[in-house]
Amino acid sequence: MAENILHIMSDASRSPPPVKRHHWIVRFTHWATLLLLIGMVTSGLQIYGAYAKFGERDGPYYLNPFQDVGFPAWSRLGGWLAGALNWHFALMWGLAGVGLLYVCYLVASGEWRSLLFRPRDARGAIAMQQYYLRLRKDHPPQGKHNPLQKLAYTFIVLVGLLAVLTGIAIYKPLQFAWLTALFGGFQAARYWHFWTVWIFVGFTIVHVALVFIVDPPSFRAMLTGWYRGRFPSHD
Amino acid sequence: MTDRRGFFRLTAAAGTASLAAACKPLLLDISRVNDWVGEKLLYSPSRLAREYPITERTARVPSYFISRTMPLLKDPAAWRLRVDGLVRRPLDLSLDELMRMPRTSYTVKHHCVEGWTAISTWHGVPVSAVAERCELLPAARYAYFVSFDAGYSNGWDLASALHPQTILAYGMNDNPLPPTHGAPLRLYAPTKLGYKMTKYLVSLTFTDKRPGGYWEDQGYPWFAGV
Repeated sequence: MAENILHIMSDASRSPPPVKRHHWIVRFTHWATLLLLIGMVTSGLQIYGAYAKFGERDGPYYLNPFQDVGFPAWSRLGGWLAGALNWHFALMWGLAGVGLLYVCYLVASGEWRSLLFRPRDARGAIAMQQYYLRLRKDHPPQGKHNPLQKLAYTFIVLVGLLAVLTGIAIYKPLQFAWLTALFGGFQAARYWHFWTVWIFVGFTIVHVALVFIVDPPSFRAMLTGWYRGRFPSHD
Repeated sequence: MTDRRGFFRLTAAAGTASLAAACKPLLLDISRVNDWVGEKLLYSPSRLAREYPITERTARVPSYFISRTMPLLKDPAAWRLRVDGLVRRPLDLSLDELMRMPRTSYTVKHHCVEGWTAISTWHGVPVSAVAERCELLPAARYAYFVSFDAGYSNGWDLASALHPQTILAYGMNDNPLPPTHGAPLRLYAPTKLGYKMTKYLVSLTFTDKRPGGYWEDQGYPWFAGV
């Protein structure tokens, strides 16, 4: 018995059996989102430069550490306002389309179950947080993703939805007046649209850091679909 | 070292620039698709912009013109608005005649393409009233507004031009329209971005071919409805 376990463990540590982790739709939409987001953020920063503050013309202005900040040339796309607008209003279709494809795939395949954070995941999320804070020794059991990952991936999809909705609210503030009003008016919608940028940037930095610190094989899994790392279990 | 870094930077810059140049025609095509979506799918000819109490007016509304100095009429009394094109009765309207036509006043929010907004009151005659008076022909599909500000102009789709809140404004905030904002007459509409509102008007031509415009011809979106 003990021998058996030992055997399995050493076998597993040598070369864990590869598992198919990501469908090609997930891999395609993941990398397409990265490229499209880079285009949206850089053209967005060029657009922002035309009026680098939030609030009615007379003020007062919303709290904003980037007020009247001109972003460096390497971080801007489009060359001037018209060019940036044309990039932004072209790539928006791609980003919304890719987002829609991803969500449709999750729903159709049932994959959403391993990604959507639900109230019952709260207990597991706390256990996971305790493990990361070294208040708990053993790694809590998990499915394809642990509850904190579910929380992060659910959150970022909602931020994506927020970016699209605030974008519509400032693209057509009269035709979608109800939506613009929902966000507190045109300048407030602009403000929230701008903040989604920094949430995306911050998420990406943490996301990449965790991949390489905690689970490097998950990087290859997002390229090839096959996972050979420490957390091969599935829901 | 510095040379190599400079070389990479130059290569990256040239690469980005040539990529952008290669993409430009495609981006302009997509912009035309967006015009179509804005005009045919999202625009409602009956949806009105919200009106505000005059207490919410913005104190400092920026003005701009493309001439080197502010465009001014040498002889304001001789000024006429020429209305022609696909109409049964071409017109030359004086400011007095325009002021005797149906008057619309509203206090609305202005949306600039740059991202700023400002609230002002505007007084003028609806373009639809002018269209009625000149007896617009059924073939007309666009309106072309031309200024004496270095030829600044804008082409509009007819549905937006005939929207009840699209006016030829001769007044702003209870006063005659000041030269800083396009005196003697400017186009105003809370359904469009600011750059579509031709100031310093001299003519309005109805056509069946889509007219361009000063900023539109340089790549800014043509429909520009909000």
